[in-house]
Amino acid sequence: MQRVAELSKEHALRARSEAIAFVIMACVLIVAPVFAYPVFLMKALCFALFACAFNLLIGYVGLLSFGHALFFGWASYISAHAAKVWGFPPELAILSGAVGAAGLGTIVGALAIRRQGIYFAMITLALAQMMYFFAVQAPFTHGEDGIQAVPRGKLFGFIDLADQTNMYVTVLVIFLGCFLLIYRIINSPFGEVLKAIRENEPRAISLGYRSERYKLVAFVLSATFAGVAGATKALVFQLASLTDVDWPISGEVILMTLVGGLGTLFGPVVGAFFMVTLENYLTTIGQWVFVVQGVIFVICVLLFRRGIIGELAHVLRVKL
Amino acid sequence: MFELFGISSQALFGQLLIGLINGSFYALLSLGLAVIFGMLNIINFTHGAQYMLGAFTAYFLLQYAGLGYWWAIVLAPLLVGITGIVIERLFLQWLYKLDHLYGLLLTFGLALILEGTFRNFFGSSGQPYSVPPALQGGQNLGFMFLPNYRAWVVVFSLAVCLTTWFVIERTKLGSYLRAATENPALVRAFGINVPRMITLTYGFGVALAALAGVMAAPVYNVSPQMGANLIIVVFAVVVIGGMGSIMGAILTGFGLGLIEGLTKVFFPEASNTVIFIIMAIVLLIRPAGLFGRGA
Repeated sequence: MQRVAELSKEHALRARSEAIAFVIMACVLIVAPVFAYPVFLMKALCFALFACAFNLLIGYVGLLSFGHALFFGWASYISAHAAKVWGFPPELAILSGAVGAAGLGTIVGALAIRRQGIYFAMITLALAQMMYFFAVQAPFTHGEDGIQAVPRGKLFGFIDLADQTNMYVTVLVIFLGCFLLIYRIINSPFGEVLKAIRENEPRAISLGYRSERYKLVAFVLSATFAGVAGATKALVFQLASLTDVDWPISGEVILMTLVGGLGTLFGPVVGAFFMVTLENYLTTIGQWVFVVQGVIFVICVLLFRRGIIGELAHVLRVKL
Repeated sequence: MFELFGISSQALFGQLLIGLINGSFYALLSLGLAVIFGMLNIINFTHGAQYMLGAFTAYFLLQYAGLGYWWAIVLAPLLVGITGIVIERLFLQWLYKLDHLYGLLLTFGLALILEGTFRNFFGSSGQPYSVPPALQGGQNLGFMFLPNYRAWVVVFSLAVCLTTWFVIERTKLGSYLRAATENPALVRAFGINVPRMITLTYGFGVALAALAGVMAAPVYNVSPQMGANLIIVVFAVVVIGGMGSIMGAILTGFGLGLIEGLTKVFFPEASNTVIFIIMAIVLLIRPAGLFGRGA
């Protein structure tokens, strides 16, 4: 009984630290446009959501996907196409991107979870590369040009997204909404089973959980959120291009999550802002960006495996 | 020359030969990956960059030291192998007790560093590397024209693959290696220096990649991103074959190269994706891979 009381007390403390951190994050993001360029912030928010989606898989199920650019990039193509060619309003364009990513996630996930560990990473990478080649060849993606001049449209028919402030608020609402949803998933009974699978899969199976199904659902959820991020980015930049489906983006989202802290709630957000800011300053140095990314990978893996938020949480002795 | 299904025999066999050449690179690279994974429990993402490094070493040897192809084919694997040993000592040895994924991430980072550096100096255009004089020209076989150099690549890679297989499966050194893969602690107890064996294994696997790079230099140009796309295909080859068997890696590599060549003739749109499609089918039918021993 005492143990149960301790546990629930611990849980309450953890929920409090996370709630405080969430409020701080939301406040910072609300006032941020005063200090920083909105398009930069929106880019960072899209990548932050993308990294949170990726983290759902690696941080809570222990699956390393090396092909998440597939969902991000294809969702951006689908939403750009829906908005430009079919004339969908922005909310439906993003929704169709998300649905497309969920569909792709179901197929890729069903194939990839047939193998474990390191093979999982190689399979997702290979399938993403296959879909990259489809994107190069398919006529509706317009190859090297990409889908340009995507209209942002009017949200729900009356909020004009061509206005930068409206667009920023929309992106912020999408980001915070998805973030809370991911938080809810992680802390639901379903999320507890995912963590059990991460810790000890044979044991979870022996307790009667069909780990394959849980992994597949987690994969589809992760792909869907990545899709929302990609679809939103297509509207923000009014562009869907090959860059977003190519493997360097898959590597980048891994790096963002790693820098921020694998398996932490806020780590991916901090990591995404860190990397996007860094790349913003490094645009002038051309190909050295890859070298800098590589060096950060090596440093993180060898010396800094907890990541920024992981270290912070360790120092403050709270869960973040 | 004759025609088959409306395709000239030259086109068909020419593509099959290209397929075999690609297949020999797949075989050499997946062999190296399998050997490294067996001993180090690390998937070496740097493998593609090290293949590129092999080709560039050959190029540098020619440009700055005046040493031609035959020197390069000996020296480049040796030099790149030594850099591999340095990498293992500096970085990889700290990761053996951690989750597999950290090894993949670290070697991915190293690949970014290597490829980014070369791209910075050489752009994305390729540097030409000429076929050695002794292997220029070719034979007319009646149904196709066979360039000597391409025949050499296929025969020589096959010989290297088979030698590697022989050493690992049939010699005493190989039996140590296999034993250390199964149970390193026990092999150490017998007085064998396992950490040194691990270091040398990594150096050897890397040298194989560099060797493939040297052989690729005259066929394709020497360019910074020559390894980046190749390594992803090789990962698919490894998933298809499974890393349990050396002979399996060799057969899968050559076989998939041939299939890719055939696809280029009959259905060129799919030639980039056919290996990934085969991977998906294999995952559906035999999840452990064609030669795998379980996941």
